[in-house]
Amino acid sequence: MTDLRNLYQEVILDHNRKPRNFGPLEGANREAHGDNPLCGDNYTIYAHVDEQAVIVSVGFTGSGCAISKAAASMMTVKVKGKSVADAEILIQEFRDLLTGKLDAKGEHHLGHLTVFEGVSQLPQRVKCAVLPWHALHAAIEQQSVASTEGEHDPLGN
Amino acid sequence: MLTETSRAPERSWEEIRRDFPILQQSINKHSLVYLDSAASSQIPQAVIDRIVWYHSAEHSNVHRGVHTLSQRATNAYEATREKVARHLNAAFSHECIFVRGTTEGINLVAHGYGRKHFKAGDEVIVSALEHHANIVPWQIVCDEVGAKLRVIPMNDAGELDMQAYEALLNERTRLVAVNHVSNALGTINPVAEIIRLAHEKGAVVLIDGAQAVPHMAVDVQALDADFYVFSGHKIYAPTGIGVLYAKTALLEQMQPYQGGGDMIASVSFEKTTYNALPYRFEAGTPSIASGVALGAALDYINAIGLERIARWEAELLAHATEALQGVPGVRLIGTARHKASVLSFELEGVHPHDVGTILDNQGVAIRAGHHCAQPVMNRLGVAATARASFAFYNNFDDIRALVAALYTVKEIFDA
Repeated sequence: MTDLRNLYQEVILDHNRKPRNFGPLEGANREAHGDNPLCGDNYTIYAHVDEQAVIVSVGFTGSGCAISKAAASMMTVKVKGKSVADAEILIQEFRDLLTGKLDAKGEHHLGHLTVFEGVSQLPQRVKCAVLPWHALHAAIEQQSVASTEGEHDPLGN
Repeated sequence: MLTETSRAPERSWEEIRRDFPILQQSINKHSLVYLDSAASSQIPQAVIDRIVWYHSAEHSNVHRGVHTLSQRATNAYEATREKVARHLNAAFSHECIFVRGTTEGINLVAHGYGRKHFKAGDEVIVSALEHHANIVPWQIVCDEVGAKLRVIPMNDAGELDMQAYEALLNERTRLVAVNHVSNALGTINPVAEIIRLAHEKGAVVLIDGAQAVPHMAVDVQALDADFYVFSGHKIYAPTGIGVLYAKTALLEQMQPYQGGGDMIASVSFEKTTYNALPYRFEAGTPSIASGVALGAALDYINAIGLERIARWEAELLAHATEALQGVPGVRLIGTARHKASVLSFELEGVHPHDVGTILDNQGVAIRAGHHCAQPVMNRLGVAATARASFAFYNNFDDIRALVAALYTVKEIFDA
């Protein structure tokens, strides 16, 4: 198994302790709820998308483990100011990183989000990291719910 | 049940632990510390050997063939039914129905008894401490017939409010379904009193004994339980086998749950007549090897002695409770006066799943989550807990390893 310090890197612990963009977003025009019914993790992602399809602001509320909360926090920092199209690329790349389909050392746009690479070694925790990204995807696609289970599970597992 | 005098010379707990081959391994370079027996217990070599022998020398289908193997398989499987009946002190072995596990046993009663006897306006009582398996089947049947599901509340310690229970009981109450020991918190419920009070109002009672049968002697006649259910895989046998005990008079009023082979006396397209008890409720080929193994598991624990097991497990629980209370930031969830084998807790500032992952990295296996008891979690205002659960093969070193691993969690999280 991955060394613990590799999994719980300082940046993840920091975002868990002090989540960025935490709280409901005033003037949001996109919103989706994501939950993992198996463990109770749940987040709501809010976004304001302008006429040029740019995510001008983004926020989240909810609760869960350190992995899911840090993933949500770092995601909001990353996608703020990006176009919806660029965000969709990030969503796909992040999912691929967590499911072992993307090499962190190869070409991608994830930047320091690769700190989550260690989670891919723990199949039972992958859903934690991906949950907020599912919810962001649902929000910008204007669906209201995402889930790690059943018909709303984009990973299909 | 074996008596004190007929028991073999007492073996040490250390020696007994060595009966479990799975516990001899390392996980993540640490000796395995298995504290998740409430989810599923491990299997001793004697039971593993029994499965191997069954498949090496005795396997065929049961209750069918005239050939020797079929007779051997039937004898081995039916011998377990006799052992179960003795273990629970059932009046008749035909009152012990083989099922896949506790969940199937409860569903059998909900559908076979509830669907037939509950009517619109009737009431079914469950408790705030129940596993989803003792809530959802009743919800399904209540919705179907228009009956009402009512809930015995509990206090902050995780004990049922018996006064509120008495107030809930009335002439519309048809059935009360409660667990003997809570899987989420370890509370031992006063089931004898719960049954007595229900019977005064003419209601029948189902006891979910999944967490009780492995840890204490259960006498269904002394309890006067109408239905009592448990799972093999929590009592040192494999998955796929469990038992529903039910009084003969109730079984005779019940509708078969599943139709098929083995449960019939004769079949024609015009009319089918059902087989005698217990086979009427056992359609299809059962999990024969697991059933045979359950018999071996009961022999195994009875050779050690349930009273001795209960004393040792109480000592482990008391020791672990004290040790965990000494870790700053740990809060115990569920502090009932009477508890068995389960210690639910949270560590301030750290989600139970992170606790679980870090403990696993140190070789310590616990359960983290809602333990299939979301109403319990909601009532206590937590999303999830970490849960250490004990069996007689655990020891004080396991508890030391748990505490040491919790300090690693605190160090990483600076909690």
